[in-house]
Amino acid sequence: MDRFLFLTFDGLSTGAVYAAFALALVLIWRAARLVNFAQGAMAVATTYVGYTVVSGTGSYWLGLGVAVLAGLALGALVERVLMRFVGHANPLGEVIVALGLVLLIQAVLGMVFGNEYRPATVPFDTDALSVGGITAVSPYDLWVFGAVMVVVVLLALLFTRTSIGLRMRASAFAPEVSRLLGVNVGRMLTVGWALAAAVGALAGMLVIPTGLGLHPHAMDMVFVVAFTAAVVGGLDSPAGAVVGGLLVGLILSYVTGYLGPDTTPLAVLVLLLAVLLVRPGGLFSSVKARHV
Amino acid sequence: MTATRTGLSTADRQPTRPSPLRRLLPGPPGSPGPGDSALLRHLILAGLAGTIVVLVTNQLEPYQNLQVARVCAFLCVTAGYTVLVGLNGQLSLGHGALMATGAYTVALTQQAFDERAVQGRWILPLSLLLAVAVTAVVGLVIGLAAARLRGPYLAGVTLAVATLVPAITTIFTEVFNGEQGLRFPSETPPAFLGAYFQPERWLAWIALAAALLTMLLMANLVRSRFGRSLRAVRDDEVAAGLCGIHVAGSQVLAFVVSAACAGLGGGVYAVLTATVAPGKFALDLSLFLLMAIVIGGLGSLAGAVWGAILLVALQELPSLITETFTLPSDLAQRLEGNLALAVFGLILIVVMIVAPAGLQGAARSLAARLRRRASSR
Amino acid sequence: MYFTARRGLAAATGLALLVGASACANDAQRAAENVPGVTDSEIVIGTHQPLTGPAAPGYSRISAATKAYFEHVNSKGGVNGRKIVYRVMDDGYNPANTENVVRKLVLDDKVFALLGGLGTPTHTNVLEFVKAQKVPDLFVSSGSRAWNQPDRYPTTFGWQPDYTVEGKILATFVKKEFPSRKVCHFGQNDDFGRDSLAGVEKILGPVAAKQTYTTTNQQVGPAIGALKAAGCEVVISATIPGFTALAMGQAAAQGFKAQWIVSNVGADYTTLSKQLGDKKVILEGMIADNYLPMAGDANDPWIRAFRKIHEHYNAANPLDGNAIYGYSMAYTFVQSLLTAGTDLTREKLVEAVQKDGFRGPGLTPFRYSKFVHAGYSGVRLTKVQNGVQAYFGPTYMTDDGEDQVREFPEPPVAPPADAIPTS
Repeated sequence: MDRFLFLTFDGLSTGAVYAAFALALVLIWRAARLVNFAQGAMAVATTYVGYTVVSGTGSYWLGLGVAVLAGLALGALVERVLMRFVGHANPLGEVIVALGLVLLIQAVLGMVFGNEYRPATVPFDTDALSVGGITAVSPYDLWVFGAVMVVVVLLALLFTRTSIGLRMRASAFAPEVSRLLGVNVGRMLTVGWALAAAVGALAGMLVIPTGLGLHPHAMDMVFVVAFTAAVVGGLDSPAGAVVGGLLVGLILSYVTGYLGPDTTPLAVLVLLLAVLLVRPGGLFSSVKARHV
Repeated sequence: MTATRTGLSTADRQPTRPSPLRRLLPGPPGSPGPGDSALLRHLILAGLAGTIVVLVTNQLEPYQNLQVARVCAFLCVTAGYTVLVGLNGQLSLGHGALMATGAYTVALTQQAFDERAVQGRWILPLSLLLAVAVTAVVGLVIGLAAARLRGPYLAGVTLAVATLVPAITTIFTEVFNGEQGLRFPSETPPAFLGAYFQPERWLAWIALAAALLTMLLMANLVRSRFGRSLRAVRDDEVAAGLCGIHVAGSQVLAFVVSAACAGLGGGVYAVLTATVAPGKFALDLSLFLLMAIVIGGLGSLAGAVWGAILLVALQELPSLITETFTLPSDLAQRLEGNLALAVFGLILIVVMIVAPAGLQGAARSLAARLRRRASSR
Repeated sequence: MYFTARRGLAAATGLALLVGASACANDAQRAAENVPGVTDSEIVIGTHQPLTGPAAPGYSRISAATKAYFEHVNSKGGVNGRKIVYRVMDDGYNPANTENVVRKLVLDDKVFALLGGLGTPTHTNVLEFVKAQKVPDLFVSSGSRAWNQPDRYPTTFGWQPDYTVEGKILATFVKKEFPSRKVCHFGQNDDFGRDSLAGVEKILGPVAAKQTYTTTNQQVGPAIGALKAAGCEVVISATIPGFTALAMGQAAAQGFKAQWIVSNVGADYTTLSKQLGDKKVILEGMIADNYLPMAGDANDPWIRAFRKIHEHYNAANPLDGNAIYGYSMAYTFVQSLLTAGTDLTREKLVEAVQKDGFRGPGLTPFRYSKFVHAGYSGVRLTKVQNGVQAYFGPTYMTDDGEDQVREFPEPPVAPPADAIPTS
């Protein structure tokens, strides 16, 4: 029982960072109807920028801010310079360009920063607090939870209460109609990319300290898991991404704990396939998002 | 069509695309129909290419012959892969794992015979045949799931498949021997070629035979009725269905064919070094394969050749750069490996945006322009 | 038309076979060449190293040091008048690349020998090729026991103490110093972890709990949680540096206080403290083992000698355990070359190593003989105190079989002038 509780807490805290990352994937999906396969690499790049600032100034919060800003800029840049010009004749174009971006970003990071793992400092203690004899969550985990929740609430407000949020949703779902109604669809796409990349940057800053540290390939596996989380929750639903992230975190923690660390990639695939084949819109889809 | 996109964006692109119905109609009366003459032409081409490569390998040093062999092994994979992605529009990122399936099948078969002290020239073709069969079955399983998935979903699922190889080999360590992988007796040239016949040349010939066979089959498949239905499905699933094409069926079949090619390529790849290890089939391999067929020219078999050459060049370039230029050691250390990847990543993006037809497309249009200029004179 | 094509094909095949036959004579001529990679003024050797990729952190500095040592030796006239050219090829720790670069080194660059190829999964896959080519394959950088199979791989030699030797010695220490404590094992899910556990269990019998990790899954929390739940008091850990840091960090985070005893490959203090950053205090009290001069010991005569070379040829990198490894291995190689004599052949180099008798930077002798191709025979324990990793206690030696663990009383040998062996 103790073991189960321990794995539950462990799963929730890793799940929270998957949730943050899945959120970024959902944002791009909502803005541009595509899965950004370069999200992981972009997040690593902004995290490098963030930690360069942290080690330069000694302030984690300044680094975090710069990383998020760098995310905004990188997202806008990728949309303006690359994605906008991908021909629509081939629907795979965007995925392939994104994968090219992965190779490019990882190689450039390797050239600039080297291939060493860099330690990532955190603003809060990572030592877990003990609740009733069971080590539960650490202050750092609480900070991750808090940050993710704040982002979810802010995004929900943005999409439901502000006109720019409304315009973004409109231009994603019905670009032609929106254009007729005077929405600058192109600009909304840029905003969507920038926003998603900023959330990805935040997720990167949250994820990296929990693993081996900063490395050009640090997010490879995280991307696959976060994609699963986003699909589980439904690519259309920010709340679904959070629940999906936590759920996937829990499942992987139980699998790692009870079946062994080797089996997780298999568990990811099984989960992904099960959700896609049984409930393709994700567990929390409000609309029939995907009809074949 | 990608159902993942909204109906409106589909309407957006409708006019730019040739009607799928058009592709299904028989060609203009003058053009040669599919059948014997195409097969014959492909046979002659394959024979010619084979002869030239064999002639070339006779003049090459051992290491260069190995490179030829590697190109041929990769060609088996890229040829089948480009048909799936380019002609059928299904983006798989798991072909590295399919190669691994073929490679491990060959290794396990060869080991099994070796343990029972069975020897013979027939073991190699048999194990390659098994590799094709097993990989085709795996391809069938993935393909059945894939037929229900579209665009990014399929890419995501197959990406998860690509990360699976190391996990499977460590879970079943007794069979696959974990990270260290398997070794089996290496292939030696037959005695009638002489005692001093270069072993690497023999490997190149084996790989060449596999590559020619694959290219021949793919070239005929592309021109067949099945090939046309693949394209029709890619361009518009609904229209293809209306024309009596079994959409899901042809998608699954495309996946199986492509997997079989990857299995053969993976098997040959294993034979070249007589070893397999999960590290050889990591996630990067799947991405590199995609890069190769895109830069070569999606859907083009000639492009697949370019792609296979590119894959081998990618392994050679890093050391070439640092050997050619004398760089400070820490800078060299950073550039080694990374520089080539950065360049290829950039090329991949540029090709996709500027010249979606890839190298082969560029070569074709260059040739056309030259021809025009020549005729205008 | 069909007929002509067939005839054409037949003719082409015939032609190909003809040319094939003509090439044979060529090959036969090539087979009878003299010693590859050796001229009167040069010895060309090669290696495969992870300069990029997951294993690059730390390990990429080994070959830089080896290269620096050879430059130093070359500046003093080389070995028997021959300068050593060390070709370092990056394999990114990917076996596919290893196979490729090793073939390039042997077939294309025609190296005389391979030296210090790094990694178990990488190097395992070139053993057969190396054997077929009869290339001396000296001092593989890994503690796997696979390199010690002289009957199967007659030219391959290990260098560092293997993981089983380490496991036996660490367990003997635990048996003596921590009697009746709950001892557990945490290891990498491959030969590294398994060989280590085998060594430990040879001495202690079954451990109280054992957990593993895979390099592709950074979530070590559940494994560490299980060790904590099992009530482990001593954890013997066969981990690479990144996972040593992760595991000890995770243990600290869970409030799991045990004595960590870490295998040498994952215990370099410089590497670990760099990775842990602010949290490096958790390394205090960590026990590990080593068999080479400690990089942090400024008074050691070997370290002083190596520092001179380091500052001259390799100043861009820190003088850490990885650098010492690279220098020491290069030293043993020069010893082997000297033993092989002026009339250098591949067979003579292999015989020279088998002849053994080398004493060098390492604390113990090697185990080399015609029947044993394993390297250093023992280790000495180290402990981190106040941010310094230092030796304590006696030096132990044993083998990977049933041999007892016993103390090795001889003091370390002193370095020769310029740290270049003379015989």
